[in-house]
Amino acid sequence: MEELRELYQQIILDHNKSPKNYGKMVNCTHASEGYNPLCGDRIKIYAKVENGVIEDIKFEGEGCAIAKASGSIMTALLKGKTVAEAQQLFEEFQHLITSDVRSNVDTEKLGKLAVFAGVREFPTRVKCAGLAWHTVKAAIEKKDELVTTE
Amino acid sequence: METTALKKEAVHTPTGRQFAHFDVEKIRADFPILHRPVYGKPLAYLDNAATTQKPLAVIEAIRHYYSAENANIHRGVYHLSEVATRKYEGARKTVKNFLNAASEREIVFTAGTTDSINLVAAAYGRKFIKAGDEIILSHMEHHSNIVPWQMLCEETGAKLRVIPINDRGELIFEEYEKLLNERTRLVAIVYVSNSLGTINPVKDIIELAHQGNVPVLVDGAQAISHLKVNVQELDCDFFALSGHKVFGPTGVGVLYAKENILERMNPYRGGGDMIRSVKFEKTVYAELPHRFEAGTPHIAGVVGLAKALEYVESVGLEAIAAHEKALLEYGQEALSTLKKLKLIGTARKKTGVISFVIEGIHPHDIGTWVDRQGVAIRAGHHCTQPVMDRYGVPSTCRASLAMYNRKEDFDTLIAALHDIIKVFD
Repeated sequence: MEELRELYQQIILDHNKSPKNYGKMVNCTHASEGYNPLCGDRIKIYAKVENGVIEDIKFEGEGCAIAKASGSIMTALLKGKTVAEAQQLFEEFQHLITSDVRSNVDTEKLGKLAVFAGVREFPTRVKCAGLAWHTVKAAIEKKDELVTTE
Repeated sequence: METTALKKEAVHTPTGRQFAHFDVEKIRADFPILHRPVYGKPLAYLDNAATTQKPLAVIEAIRHYYSAENANIHRGVYHLSEVATRKYEGARKTVKNFLNAASEREIVFTAGTTDSINLVAAAYGRKFIKAGDEIILSHMEHHSNIVPWQMLCEETGAKLRVIPINDRGELIFEEYEKLLNERTRLVAIVYVSNSLGTINPVKDIIELAHQGNVPVLVDGAQAISHLKVNVQELDCDFFALSGHKVFGPTGVGVLYAKENILERMNPYRGGGDMIRSVKFEKTVYAELPHRFEAGTPHIAGVVGLAKALEYVESVGLEAIAAHEKALLEYGQEALSTLKKLKLIGTARKKTGVISFVIEGIHPHDIGTWVDRQGVAIRAGHHCTQPVMDRYGVPSTCRASLAMYNRKEDFDTLIAALHDIIKVFD
């Protein structure tokens, strides 16, 4: 039960219920679609990038609470960041969710992202947390193909 | 005698909830894995449509084969090879009797249901199905009974026709009647749906197809551990099954096919064991069914499968069906009391498969949550994406039964569901 509550923290449940930046964007400059073949979940990311800065970002799709909360928290975090900063955050997030479960989490550095430390206890769910991030990376790097978690 | 679970007198009529008459604890005692805890909780294994657990008799049969009998078959003149060959061919007889096939020549060992269907698509389909011909499937097929036919269609220019299903998850028989025509060359139909539990009226389907001389393949993967199958009575032309869905090992399965059809088919794979003589000018193929079993087969798997079928026989499929029916009713009723829960697949004739969704909670979250309480259910599309599309859901949760399940498994699941609904509310 403890691990479950660690995974499904209130903040994750709240973002799942009322995700931020959820929906389509018509005038986006970058877009990408991510797919998790394990569960059939799909996520679309739209971004408006001007002069190397992510001016606006949205996501939509079907996903579990972890995937949806990840998309919500991620978009809130990336808005106003430069592409280089976004890539840096991607690396930090990847490192967090794939790190050893016993290793310490730098909550100060990670801020809101630290709530995803709980997925490390659930190897089958790491991909759920990573889906939005992989998709945004593909979008801002202008890769047009479907991104999968495989 | 191996560890047989039930005495014959325990068989009873398939009505009502007769938990008391079916000694489920005695059966459970034969399955070692059911007694290992998961996350410190007793295991409630409810993913039997994905794979079933193995009784000790099967595990022991495989261990014994490798410890005392292992050799290649149909080759050596030495003692061990004779023993192994006898075991392997004896298993064929067990399968023949289990399915009530007319002859052992009609029993081909394969790697599983998928392999069996691919065998028919390659060895029958490529020879007899041409451009403009039609193959009829249903909307509730597993991907393994869709993709091989799609590949064949791409290769030959034939077309797939799909029988639709209603909201309960039942085939619309009148639509099937309309789809059958002079271009139909094959009907490939699932006996029991793995994601909905629906039992299809395969006998009627076959009868109608035969009126137009159309052969029928039955995907029996989900039927074999729940229903008594009699291929001669069904009059099916092909019947495919997997060992691991009927308490046997993975990597082994069966294709039953009528002898006169097998005779006319192309060989499947070329290699050793499927030949009578090989010259660079010409090869003469072996007799049935060996012509379709190239290479050294999964001998230990076949031995294990035969033991699994003997085990099922010893319990009795009627008794199993009655027990599972009572459990299914119990589970469906109990789940229906949960708010926001919707059952997917409410056919009037179904086996112990309960697919469901809960509004506002993704099936993966449910799967993870109940797992920590020791409950193993499947969350996903169950390799039936067309079914998911039909119901407008990307995935469902699925609890699926076997003979060793009991009320307590559902009680644990339902308690866990209550918890997650509360937390996610």
